[in-house]
Amino acid sequence: MAVNRMFRVCPATGFKVHEPAEALMKINAVTAVVALLVGGILALLVILTRWQTVHLLPADAFYMVLTAHGLNMLVFWIIFFEVAVLYFCGTVLLNSRLATPTFAWVAYALMLIGALVNNYAVMIRGDSSVMFTSYVPMGAHWSFYLGLILFAVGALIACFVFLGTLVVAKAERTYNGSVSLVTFGALTACIIAVFTIAAGAIILIPTFFWSIGLISHIDSLMYRTVWWGFGHSSQQINVSAHVAVWYAIAAIVFGAKPMSEKVSRGAFLLYILFLQLASAHHLLADPGLTSNWKIFNTSYAMYLAVLASMVHGLTVPGAIEVAQREKGFNKGLFEWLRKAPWGNPVFSGMFISLIGFGFLGGISGVMMGTEQLNLIIHNTIYVPGHFHATVVVGTTLAFMSLTYFVIPTIFRRELMFPGLAKWQPYLFGLGMSGFSLFMMGAGTLGVPRRHWDMSFAGALMQHEFPATAWLMMTLMAITGLVAIVGGAAYLLITVCSVFIGKKITTPGFKHISARDNAAAPVSLPNVVVPSHGNIGTAGFVAPGTFVLAIGFLISFVLYYFVNWKYLSTVWPLN
Amino acid sequence: MSAILPPAAKYWWKQPLDRVEGTWIVIALTWCLIMFFMMPYWHVYGKQNLSNEAYRTTPEVYQKKTQEMVDKYTVRKETAQEIPVVHPPAGSDVYLIARLWQWWPILELEEGKTYRLHIMSMDWLHGFSLQPENINIEVHPGYEHIVTMTPTKADNYSIICNEFCGVNHHTMASKLYVVKSAK
Ligand code: HEM
Ligand SMILES: [Cu+2]
Ligand SMILES: [Cu+2]
Repeated sequence: MAVNRMFRVCPATGFKVHEPAEALMKINAVTAVVALLVGGILALLVILTRWQTVHLLPADAFYMVLTAHGLNMLVFWIIFFEVAVLYFCGTVLLNSRLATPTFAWVAYALMLIGALVNNYAVMIRGDSSVMFTSYVPMGAHWSFYLGLILFAVGALIACFVFLGTLVVAKAERTYNGSVSLVTFGALTACIIAVFTIAAGAIILIPTFFWSIGLISHIDSLMYRTVWWGFGHSSQQINVSAHVAVWYAIAAIVFGAKPMSEKVSRGAFLLYILFLQLASAHHLLADPGLTSNWKIFNTSYAMYLAVLASMVHGLTVPGAIEVAQREKGFNKGLFEWLRKAPWGNPVFSGMFISLIGFGFLGGISGVMMGTEQLNLIIHNTIYVPGHFHATVVVGTTLAFMSLTYFVIPTIFRRELMFPGLAKWQPYLFGLGMSGFSLFMMGAGTLGVPRRHWDMSFAGALMQHEFPATAWLMMTLMAITGLVAIVGGAAYLLITVCSVFIGKKITTPGFKHISARDNAAAPVSLPNVVVPSHGNIGTAGFVAPGTFVLAIGFLISFVLYYFVNWKYLSTVWPLN
Repeated sequence: MSAILPPAAKYWWKQPLDRVEGTWIVIALTWCLIMFFMMPYWHVYGKQNLSNEAYRTTPEVYQKKTQEMVDKYTVRKETAQEIPVVHPPAGSDVYLIARLWQWWPILELEEGKTYRLHIMSMDWLHGFSLQPENINIEVHPGYEHIVTMTPTKADNYSIICNEFCGVNHHTMASKLYVVKSAK
């Protein structure tokens, strides 16, 4: 079969876009958005049920909808989008063709079938309301596990297509020197994904056999240990992917370059090296594991992965600050930030994602992941509060802002409703941040997660939550609805733009073939880049970012020790 | 050169660190190490640590041990289901069963006394969540987990389930009474 080597040149960026890769990016991104739509409708139902004043669904429907919400959002929306991001970073950013588009289509087909089969088990059969964690011995229909396995195999193939593309790009010399930082971040995500999917296979395949009766028993602790090797590590895929997207957006909007390649790449490397045992922090309240094991693994070996995120948290805004200062916004500490394009959703979404991920998701995550502190948080609604800050404010919002860039460049359509698009990141990002905060507040007061009725209707004995807990849940519902409006705005804008938006045509458009595509073999200047010019203050090129970082650290330290203080007041245990 | 393009210099790793980055890395690393050492520190000096003591056992054996305790120390029965309220001696081994969708029996403990609380599930996963203290422990089938616990204040507490365990998960709530010691 002949290899399609047709490219088009992106008029906006000058990148060369491989046409088969472009089609694959589009289909994966569109499918992701469909999953987001489904997950979003389910989110509305979930929130209207947890809002006790409305209490919309009956218990069985609530648990079914919650299971489907978790899966469609966390697995299908995020991973389809990530595959599109991988293809983008592997081809467009390297001016390369995609290795084996056929396999990429096979990957897509498997993922799609997997997602459909899984949704069939949950929402049509209705006998698989086991939550996305599907802890044994509670069992789902076999098609539930089969769907997930097919999806995972598809995702694995997509990872190999990406890795193959890197090999092709290197061999065909489509770029000079090393791959870009963003591609490096995508590579990090991909490597983690390969490990993660292996863990998923180790646990889901036996569970599938168990569901059809070929295996008689699966130990619940073993299941949780291996399952979280999959479930948690896949969150690190998301982090790597959205950090790569942050860097990409900083580069696209500001032309920002990494403060230093070494530090940013080193931080990505830490993710790969230190997260493999991250399942530990989901098991801190479980019996049968030793404290030594828990302490070592919950901190991913002394918090070196946390260190990595703290580094990115500085270097991404730092890179923006340096770029802005070099453009002349060099006054005071924060002129660079004040003069940033706050009306451009590509930037505003990315920046809210960065701040929300760090302040809300990061701090709460480290707190929960501390061996003893976990006792006062485990399985309360604090936990979904934490991960809506990471995977929704962080990952989802970062992906949303990237879409606003991708629609004109890859889909070649003008953005519709630009006025609404301006507001969308604020509605979604701030709504979701409030939502996460109120969930955390309610969790601190003991409200459980995955729970249909905090008034315990029909129970023999009831517990009465304090009035503040009820208030927190109401505020959670209201801010959640704001976020839903923001999410709906995103869907409206993207779907309309992609399907009925005005086509962007480029005069003088031409295809070029791969032979002419090899990068001119210029040898890179054999020099060391000097450090940045005469900007900033006191030898600090990004003093504003540094002040923000110190503010972050102070909040972190205070919050961390407040929780130890609180822990010290509960019943002595050992 | 930008983050989406290959680095412009061949030897990009030789570019010196900016002072901002270097300083922040040192600060962040220090903080990470402090957080790491807090955990072993609390094992030595703190009073709230989850015990590592757990044994594999079967529902039958566990049920039997619980029944023995209930037979000896039941003081009254409560609710329409006549669930026994057990007042075991201070310092003793206390058993609590988690099952669909009930905690059994109801415990009555004395303020300031220490108990060895055994918890196990008979079927699926459950979540022991003591309210309003907000102490939360995962409960597995087949693992008898022993937690040494010292109630500090007399009051009526609740035990709710916070691990999803099926459609009546929300009804799995019980009481734990702490009373002033009799002596
Ligand atoms: C406006 C948007 C959203 C709203 C209002 C929302 C709301 C909720 C609520 C109320 C819960 C249930 C908490 C509980 O009872 O345990 C929940 C669970 C969850 N949400 Fe969302 N969500 C939204 C978007 C998302 C997105 C974008 C993702 C992923 C990328 C996501 C992932 C999850 C997951 C994984 C769960 C846990 C399900 C489980 O416990 O099994 N959500 N969400
Ligand atoms: Cu339960
Ligand atoms: Cu339960």
